[in-house]
Amino acid sequence: MTSILVHVDQLPTAFRTAPMPRHRVDARQWNQAGEALAAGELTLLGLWAHGATVHMALLDQAANRIGIVSLGNRRGSFPSIGRLHAPAIRLERTIADMSGLEPEDAPDSRPWLDHGRWGVSHPLGKLETSWAKAKPYPFLPVEGESLHQIPVGPVHAGIIEPGHFRFTAQGETVVRLEARLGYVHKGIEKLIQGGDLERGMTLAGRTSGDSTVACQWAYAQAVEAALAVKVPARALYIRAIMAELERLANHLGDFGAICNDAAFAMMLAQAGVLRENVLRAADTCFGHRFMRDCVVPGGVSRDLTAEGVATLQALVAAIRERFPKLVALYDNTASLLDRTVATGYLKPELARQFGAGGFVGRASGRDFDVRRNLAYAPYDELAFEVPARDDGDVNARVWIRIEEIRQSLSLIGQCLVSLPDGPVRAEIPVAGEPREGIGLVEGFRGDILVWLALDAKGRIARCHLRDPSWFQWPLLEAVIEDNIVADFPLCNKSFNCSYSGHDL
Amino acid sequence: MHRFLLEGLLGRPLTEKPPVPADIEELGAAMAKAAQTRLGRSLSIRQVDAGSCNGCELEIHALNNAYYDLERFGLHFVASPRHADVLLVTGPVTKNMAEALKRTYDATPDPKWVVAAGDCAANGGCFAGSYAVVGGVSEIVPVDLTISGCPPTPTALLEGLLAILEQSARPAKAG
Repeated sequence: MTSILVHVDQLPTAFRTAPMPRHRVDARQWNQAGEALAAGELTLLGLWAHGATVHMALLDQAANRIGIVSLGNRRGSFPSIGRLHAPAIRLERTIADMSGLEPEDAPDSRPWLDHGRWGVSHPLGKLETSWAKAKPYPFLPVEGESLHQIPVGPVHAGIIEPGHFRFTAQGETVVRLEARLGYVHKGIEKLIQGGDLERGMTLAGRTSGDSTVACQWAYAQAVEAALAVKVPARALYIRAIMAELERLANHLGDFGAICNDAAFAMMLAQAGVLRENVLRAADTCFGHRFMRDCVVPGGVSRDLTAEGVATLQALVAAIRERFPKLVALYDNTASLLDRTVATGYLKPELARQFGAGGFVGRASGRDFDVRRNLAYAPYDELAFEVPARDDGDVNARVWIRIEEIRQSLSLIGQCLVSLPDGPVRAEIPVAGEPREGIGLVEGFRGDILVWLALDAKGRIARCHLRDPSWFQWPLLEAVIEDNIVADFPLCNKSFNCSYSGHDL
Repeated sequence: MHRFLLEGLLGRPLTEKPPVPADIEELGAAMAKAAQTRLGRSLSIRQVDAGSCNGCELEIHALNNAYYDLERFGLHFVASPRHADVLLVTGPVTKNMAEALKRTYDATPDPKWVVAAGDCAANGGCFAGSYAVVGGVSEIVPVDLTISGCPPTPTALLEGLLAILEQSARPAKAG
């Protein structure tokens, strides 16, 4: 089955520089792919529909190869992958909501993003006015003695994105958590459709506010691959600097916030200062604290000046000096470790099955990082380590972040030293024919996938954005089981899944 | 641990001078009502994400860091709309969040103010016109103040919130 991914004439990373070919398959091969996923031979990277065709992106982790299989012409339905491989279930429910294609024999036929409030149905397929009123959402039944339910959200107690969590608890212990998402669905994929490349870039940068660089980079990669654009070396290095600054800011913020959720507020104050320093340096160098709209198809919109280099060097030196003291404080505070160690354990088996990206996967034995496994420039020229461990609790996820902060500091330092000269933006040609491309970037949460289809005039026929949270949200439901309700904020923060990136 | 505490006691604070409160005309009418003096120089804020990309939330979080130190002004975030004087709303209001926003507003006791933070909250931003988006915050609840930016910087947020504080602390006009 894995042979389906191998193009004999293509290098594993050929998709980085050229349009991505798809394998048109029949229903039998489609099901075989599902079985290979269930058997663990392949990992699911994405599942989406374009018109009446369903596309599935697959990863062969052992060979570091990816591929897309497509199943078309099925009169409004396709064989469910979710019935074989659970991670596909929510993706299929979304396809049914958005495109109106039905997964046959799917284990869960409830709507997912469509709450019955849009006034239309199937916005990406045959758009129809819908008069249906919002119905109560049927949560999965939980049976047993002395159980009670705790509904939380969509408006939460903190400064957090909206989502609904339905806890079923027995005393203090959580028996089941079921999340309901989709509250921040903005119809991004529909808004992009028919737009030009700039419209796509604007919206890609606003899918998940904390990953704006990573999302725009993945989008830019998809454009550049589809049109075979060669990006100047200097632009690639500047992109890497921005991406690592973003990772640094997010990890520092979350490191503090996780400790704060264990009532250790001082760490939030200390880490918050470092995070603010990163954002201010980004603002000084690139004109925006989150570096939004700085990565553009063809390169970057802002060059890095000599003063900018000095600012970043000073930033790296300051964090290198300060951060180890915070790490020592974390490691020497027994009351804090008492909350994080053994809390929210994610089994390596589940991390592998769901293809959990980022620190969630790497803290549970899934040693995968797009920057290394499916390397893209300039990471193929930089030296870094990918931390991985398999103890899988909140503490493990904290430590992966700590290690990644160290790696990001090193990567920024390397980029600053070896920053090439030259232009920072290449022209984007019009192909004159339909083109497709794929972008795959390691954001701070994990692998972000963007699939793009352009028409002959260079307008966007379809753009699919898959946030890493798709494969992490279901795992949060698994790790909270048998933990106490009071530890949920801690578990949740240690995952820090994106609502907006997921809901789109 | 002791070293950190000592450092905090003996070191120079990182907290910066407050910005000048924004001079905002639209606030005037909303604030002229009576009963505002009761609140004194303190306001409780309930943040509601009605569909944002999370960018605005990150900057609202930053208000709590040592540089901006929101609480020194008597402003603080609360966990329930029932404890709030101000609703700080972000995002284009999505259709899936419109009812939750309305209900949060209804649960907030009078007198109350609504601040729409960010370009999306102002008018839907780049998401305006989508089948899944109602538009700006004012489509659902009355807005007293809009703070622009994508996202607004912590300084811009602070300027707006301080303007509300100034207004609410002013003696109410007779009549």
